[in-house]
Amino acid sequence: MANFEIHINGKHAQVNVDPATPLLWVLRDHLNLVGTKYGCGIAQCGACTIHLDGNAIRSCMLPIAGVGKAKITTIEGFYSENPDHPVIKAWEAHDVPQCGYCQAGQIMTAAAFLENNPKPEDEEIEFAMNGNLCRCGTYTRIKAAVKSAAQNL
Amino acid sequence: MNNTLDRRSFLKVSALAGGGIVISFNWLAGCALPLEKIREMPKEWFELNSYVKIGENGVIMLFSPNPEFGSNVKTSMPMILAEELDVDWKMVVVEQADFWPERYQRQFTGGSQGIRQGWAPLRTAGATARQMLINAAAKAWNVPPTEITTVGGVLEHKSSGKNAGYGAFASAAASMEVPGEVKLKKPGDFKIIGSSKQNVDFEKIVSGKPLFGIDYKAEGMKYAAIVHPPAFGMRLKAFDASRALAMPGIQEVFSFNIFNEDYQRNYFDTATFPEMIAVVGNSTWEVIQAKKAIQIEWENAPESTFTLNAFGNVIKAKIPAGLEDTKDHKTQMEAYTLKSGNILRRDGDPEGAFKRAAKIIEKTYTAPFLAHNPMEPVNCYAHVTAEGADIYGPTQAPEFILGTLADRLGLPKEKIHIRLARMGGGFGVRAYSHQMVEAAVISQKTGLPIKLVYTREDEMTYGIYRPAYSATYRAALDENDQLLALHVKAGGIPETPIHANRFPAGAVQHYLAEGWQIESNITIGAFRAPRSNFIAVAEQSFLDELAEVIGKDPIQFRLDLLKKAAANPVGKNNDYDPRRYAGVLELVREKSGWDNPPKDLHRGVSAYFCHNTYVAEVVDIVMQENRPVVEKVYAAVDCGIVINPDAARNMGEGAIVDGIGNALYGEIAFQNGVPDKMNFDTYRMIRMREAPKSIEIHFVENQEDPTGLGEPFFPPVFGALANALYKAMDKRFYDQPFGPQLKI
Repeated sequence: MANFEIHINGKHAQVNVDPATPLLWVLRDHLNLVGTKYGCGIAQCGACTIHLDGNAIRSCMLPIAGVGKAKITTIEGFYSENPDHPVIKAWEAHDVPQCGYCQAGQIMTAAAFLENNPKPEDEEIEFAMNGNLCRCGTYTRIKAAVKSAAQNL
Repeated sequence: MNNTLDRRSFLKVSALAGGGIVISFNWLAGCALPLEKIREMPKEWFELNSYVKIGENGVIMLFSPNPEFGSNVKTSMPMILAEELDVDWKMVVVEQADFWPERYQRQFTGGSQGIRQGWAPLRTAGATARQMLINAAAKAWNVPPTEITTVGGVLEHKSSGKNAGYGAFASAAASMEVPGEVKLKKPGDFKIIGSSKQNVDFEKIVSGKPLFGIDYKAEGMKYAAIVHPPAFGMRLKAFDASRALAMPGIQEVFSFNIFNEDYQRNYFDTATFPEMIAVVGNSTWEVIQAKKAIQIEWENAPESTFTLNAFGNVIKAKIPAGLEDTKDHKTQMEAYTLKSGNILRRDGDPEGAFKRAAKIIEKTYTAPFLAHNPMEPVNCYAHVTAEGADIYGPTQAPEFILGTLADRLGLPKEKIHIRLARMGGGFGVRAYSHQMVEAAVISQKTGLPIKLVYTREDEMTYGIYRPAYSATYRAALDENDQLLALHVKAGGIPETPIHANRFPAGAVQHYLAEGWQIESNITIGAFRAPRSNFIAVAEQSFLDELAEVIGKDPIQFRLDLLKKAAANPVGKNNDYDPRRYAGVLELVREKSGWDNPPKDLHRGVSAYFCHNTYVAEVVDIVMQENRPVVEKVYAAVDCGIVINPDAARNMGEGAIVDGIGNALYGEIAFQNGVPDKMNFDTYRMIRMREAPKSIEIHFVENQEDPTGLGEPFFPPVFGALANALYKAMDKRFYDQPFGPQLKI
């Protein structure tokens, strides 16, 4: 067990956990931030996607000891910072979610992707989003929403 | 003035409001926001019935009875209530109802029956509440109720000019007598039903609010994990938890049983491993780590039996001993293509027809076990004390686990309260709620509030799979290539997939359906359109192949059979309407431009009727080397009245994507009872690149009572894909998954 101070959603937080604890579980169990989801634990599904210094990262396989001074943004922080973010608005316009479980991870991946590639081709969107599973099959809507968001950046 | 403050306040209040507590709420005085943006919470709620509460300020709280797993009943059920209540949708807030068998007659999400079976009760509940408001106004205004009309939450007495919002009469209405009979709207007058409404949980979903069972937290809560045997046919022999107990944050490790000795199970009590080890500790990560440190000895389980009450029929069910292999399963299934099965239906003289046939076509289709893999892993919260049990978690079928909980915990049913979490997917597997009993047992034993979480590996190897199936179709043609007879012999591990009275039974003069089953200790459960999800691909691929031999267009071939079934049906109890079935084929033919197909695409068609809804689909593919790319899918569906069109389309798109994924990749196999996959690195799931580029859904427009959409889009897509692949590769695909044969 060790103390860690991390920078999350614009604030500092202190936790006392085993250094090997994945950031995902620090968020969910210790910081009450349950928007980031557990789907597989082996970085295969993307439900745990957060931003680390703006990059989309799978938090299920990032030990807290590896975070250091990097700035973490979770879906909660992303949304509250800008509830009218083009990605959120596009998600609304296309009424994307079905069960909703994968959606936070989808949004975080999409937002980071568009930050780096604001004028994507369809195929680039597909490759960028391919790592995020949606068991309910909302892929066509996700793709349409990412396209719309790009047009409204 | 931004919107976030409104939303947060609204959410805080609605969490309290479910209990009907009087709320005093200090709104921002002088804040002039448009009506769409604010719903000021009332000071007091008045309950008109189990579904409807109205605040003095006219805000409407509607309770959605069925648990939500992504089919969006949490929006469409309240839409039905709101329609007959006759209110403005913008004034509605929705709450998930707890499991209350005394208040709601059906809270089961599955079988695509939610809207179909909820249609009358929800309309009646809304209309009843409306009538009570009318009666209250009539009393106050001293006019006959028949002279009062409503529109969008406002009561009007036209001749006197009196009017008032529902809020003004909510209190009085709540104490009015419940009228015996109420009039329902005519579908032509619907204002809400038939319009697309946003998912009521949209904002919570995209803002990361706690929504799912796995998100739940309670005061003093501890976390639990389980260890189950590594193979079907094995059980716990002994264990040493000393290393696990020494790990940080670990409180207890013990073995437990899910059922009492003589408990009579119901169909949804499936529990692959009735005895497991539980680890209890301070956090999910710590208990998951501690699991690995337990030294466990497993042993082969002997054959066992249990009493099963299968929907009223009490039988002794057997669990065979042994560590099973997929190789062995295949050999056993192949043997059945040569043996007779149980006759499920016979029309005419099929044996005679085959004897005099000029041509016989025979094909065998197979499909493996499938894991459901909902995105949210198995979990449940339970807090059990001597006073009762508070359970919160994902379940499709609370009514079927209540008795199990009562029996196991030794508590009367009235003392067990199940609160329904939003589910991160269900697909049928969440109708089995073994984890609720497990969490409750762990809580009762430790005296603590417990959140039980399965790892993905725990879940994927737990069972309750879609069965493995095989179907052999034979057709007898005469010298003019006319279809004389059809024979289907199909079975599976452990059940037959045949629906004996479905098309093409009824359309073929001589018809024989035989079923068989092979017993196994691999547990199975309902998987999105049970049985249909396999038999549809076998049947629809076979009809395609038949049509080709006969020299007919595949859609026309089906339409001709349906015409015969309509004009001159064969046999009895044909459980489909041939006209509605033909209707979706005709619609998909039109919308896909079937008679004038795009030149560079390969197309396949398929149609199926299940769960009361008719669906026809056309799949268009191109090949990129050996990889099929689904350019477009057209679907035509007859589900009667559509409640929420955009959400209905979303359901259809999802089921189509799901079907393509399972047809190409879905599979779980066994060696020595051990499943060959336990996570998404080996269990391939369809991803965005493999999903159709475009999906177009068309609804047959009629005024039939609504039927469901969760399942019906799923079975046809497998066959449509197989038929398209045939056109692309000049090769038929008989065995699922298709992916390995395509080498993708």
